[in-house]
Amino acid sequence: MPSRSDTNRTPPSTTPKITLKGVTKHFGPKKVLNGIDLQVGTGESLVVIGGSGTGKSVMLKCILGLLHPDSGSIRVDDAETTKLNPRDREKLQHKFGMLFQGAALFDSLPVWENVAFGLIQGEHMPRAQAKEIAIAKLGAVGLTPDVAELSPSELSGGMQKRVGLARAIADEPEIIFFDEPTTGLDPIMADVINELIVECVKDLGATAVTITHDMASARKIADRVAMIHQGRIIWTGHAKDIDQSGNPYVDQFVNGRADGPIKMQIRAL
Amino acid sequence: MIRHRDSLNHDFHDNDTGRLMGFLAATGRAFLVFLEATGRLAMFTGTALSHCVRPPFYPRQILRQMIDIGFYSLPVVGLTALFTGMVLALQSYSGFSRFQAEGAIATVVALSITRELGPVLGGLMVAGRIGAAMAAEIGTMRVTEQIDALSTLSTNPFKYLIAPRLMAGLAMLPLLVLVADIIGIFGGFLVGVYRLDFNASSYISRTWEFLEPLDVISGLVKAAVFGFLISLMGCYHGYHSKGGAQGVGAATTNAVVSASIMILISNYLITGLFFSTK
Ligand SMILES: Nc1ncnc2c1ncn2[C@@H]1O[C@H](COP(=O)(O)OP(=O)(O)O)[C@@H](O)[C@H]1O
Ligand SMILES: [Mg+2]
Repeated sequence: MPSRSDTNRTPPSTTPKITLKGVTKHFGPKKVLNGIDLQVGTGESLVVIGGSGTGKSVMLKCILGLLHPDSGSIRVDDAETTKLNPRDREKLQHKFGMLFQGAALFDSLPVWENVAFGLIQGEHMPRAQAKEIAIAKLGAVGLTPDVAELSPSELSGGMQKRVGLARAIADEPEIIFFDEPTTGLDPIMADVINELIVECVKDLGATAVTITHDMASARKIADRVAMIHQGRIIWTGHAKDIDQSGNPYVDQFVNGRADGPIKMQIRAL
Repeated sequence: MIRHRDSLNHDFHDNDTGRLMGFLAATGRAFLVFLEATGRLAMFTGTALSHCVRPPFYPRQILRQMIDIGFYSLPVVGLTALFTGMVLALQSYSGFSRFQAEGAIATVVALSITRELGPVLGGLMVAGRIGAAMAAEIGTMRVTEQIDALSTLSTNPFKYLIAPRLMAGLAMLPLLVLVADIIGIFGGFLVGVYRLDFNASSYISRTWEFLEPLDVISGLVKAAVFGFLISLMGCYHGYHSKGGAQGVGAATTNAVVSASIMILISNYLITGLFFSTK
């Protein structure tokens, strides 16, 4: 298991875990992805930044097979995934964990069953054993066992994100996606979540892709950063180079300026 | 912009031809939309059915749905049946006494309840209760990405969410309607004996005298079909809902309306299958 320390990350491995080539996706007349080219190395933590509505979530959903790209290739562990039949796709899902933008907890189930869901349903583990693991995973994200019996609707936003994180890592996936893990949280809770993400990814030795537009979060989590704009990856580089990218788009985004090459679309397309 | 187009049209076409073309185009578009919707529903039904018969199954989910549909619908379906049976007895008494046929009341109540009113009114009540709840629950799961989350946890949403509901609907509606038949006939009995002064034992023997197994069975077959349609519409509209709370609201309405219409149409078709004399 490759271990990574917070401050001095080992350079990402060169074998690609996920490779996207020319991925396009449109909804009706609206082109959301315009040919995404992106590579994520094994054990690497990649952060994708970009404005709202630029297709970040759609890109993740294409990799997860929740949406089908119109064209292009998505390879995971060097195997093409866009043309998988449902059964093979289901098998492939064991490699993935995902923390959704809105946590997406099952509100009909108590917290522990949310966390244990992949173990019980996906891996057919006995419920008692799965519950023990779930409570341990809840502990790993800083939640006490008494939270386990609550319903997700009784939790605050930050706690829901933590439960979502525990659920994403419960069956120890090889690849974890985090979709805006800190959006809508106060800065302190955001930092707690960032720490948890770094820790969890490190413990699992997993490959991680995090979507965010929170630069503090990006700096904390990323080995490498990619910027998406108008459905294309317009810049990738090491996290430490983000302030000297030499790319006016990245500069504008990192510094959060209204004037620059990125023009906000005030009107929907 | 639009006005400009119109005046252009005016120059090139005879006004009536333009209107006819517009009408034809609109009809064609509506027809295409209809075909697409039908195809989508057929695909959805096929996928859902194929997941009903292939493991893994989710017994907990099936049980939960069976209790939701079967047990918790009992009060509303029972109440509907009770008052329907009662009003049937009253109505047929006032009608049949015009040609001295009051004796047929027990038979009329039994036949109407078992063949038609039990399944149809029960089905419509359950459509309102269960179809709406299913569409709202699955719709909310869709717009809050819970359905996507299911997939990422290696669980097929069709197997986990939809198949259990279809099976429970198919299994529980006949049971509900059987109970409704009994309660409805009992309602007729109450009015017949306590309000219209029939002799209790002769009312009961009159009920049995002309009631044939096929009357009850046809009603239960209808109920199974209605149960399937209610669950199917609830799941279909919920599964395809989009756009937040408003979308879920629309899905709920569509589920109830389409299930009700399908119940009424299929009721006619099934009746034709069972009882057409020609
Ligand atoms: N299922 C869908 N149907 C139609 N449009 C969609 C769908 N999913 C996303 N979109 C559109 O795609 C664009 C990108 O969405 P998204 O990837 O969620 O943005 P973000 O980068 O903020 O995560 C948005 O304009 C959104 O409206
Ligand atoms: Mg998003």
